Amino acid sequence: MPTRVGVVLFPGSNCEQDAIEAVEGLGGEARVLWHADASIGDADAVVVPGGFAHGDYLRPGAIARFSPVMDAVADFARDGGPVVGICNGFQVLTECGLLPGALQKNAGLKFVCTQVDLEVTSTRSVLTRGAAVGQKLRIPINHFEGNYTCDQRTADQLRDEDRIVVRYVDNPNGSVDGIAGISNSDGNVVGLMPHPERACHPLLGSEDGKVLIGSLLAG
Amino acid sequence: MRFDVLVETRPRPGIADPEGATIERSLPALGFGGIEGVTVGKAFRFTVDAPDEPAARSRVRDVCDRFLTNPVIEDADISVSEAS
Repeated sequence: MPTRVGVVLFPGSNCEQDAIEAVEGLGGEARVLWHADASIGDADAVVVPGGFAHGDYLRPGAIARFSPVMDAVADFARDGGPVVGICNGFQVLTECGLLPGALQKNAGLKFVCTQVDLEVTSTRSVLTRGAAVGQKLRIPINHFEGNYTCDQRTADQLRDEDRIVVRYVDNPNGSVDGIAGISNSDGNVVGLMPHPERACHPLLGSEDGKVLIGSLLAG
Repeated sequence: MRFDVLVETRPRPGIADPEGATIERSLPALGFGGIEGVTVGKAFRFTVDAPDEPAARSRVRDVCDRFLTNPVIEDADISVSEAS
């Protein structure tokens, strides 16, 4: 049976169709989860996609964390369900406390929209379990507030617990330790700024996102 | 009682403030010398109902911690005064 992936739709999300396309292209079954619904239905995995949830007012993710669906997503995550936040979705997951740290404005105050090289640094997450440590992936980024920050203790903990999932080869935004994506301690919740769902088709210039989205579907 | 509230937020010490840094770097070019330590934050003004000032302050602190600021990257100063 195909993996059923719920893709959260907030007012202001703009990558949900990309996520649906990527999931379905890899044989999964995607459905939209409206932010005001207090349930994720029968989803086997959840993607919190990119965009500008609730207009990014106050801070990216600050208002989205109060959308009713996020309580259901948090319960699902606590029960071990796979949850992946991409870009704005990563910001939402840090704001609601499912992942530590925060995303601040890019060093240099520039919006960055480009392809970057990532290195897979851990395979104990739901997003990288089908990849190999050291594997290089060419994936697009598209953000203004993607500069991952946290206190030193959290940074040490992420490293010691093998929770840094992907790193930038050339740090484009000032993120601590070149971090592009992290997981929670169980590896079932992952947030990353790059967009693997936009690198799943030859027409998009890279298919390197397939190994990540494919890992999510392989659960 | 009703209280006027001003909440000012700014990046915590040690958190990069590229906006503040960019403004600071631009000042000399405009002829404004001797200005240092520019930080950019937000200001929130609203009123709150509470039995007394400590209660109002405590309520606003809660709003700040849970919503208006992200404590990982931001600090907040709270001013509370009886509404005129």
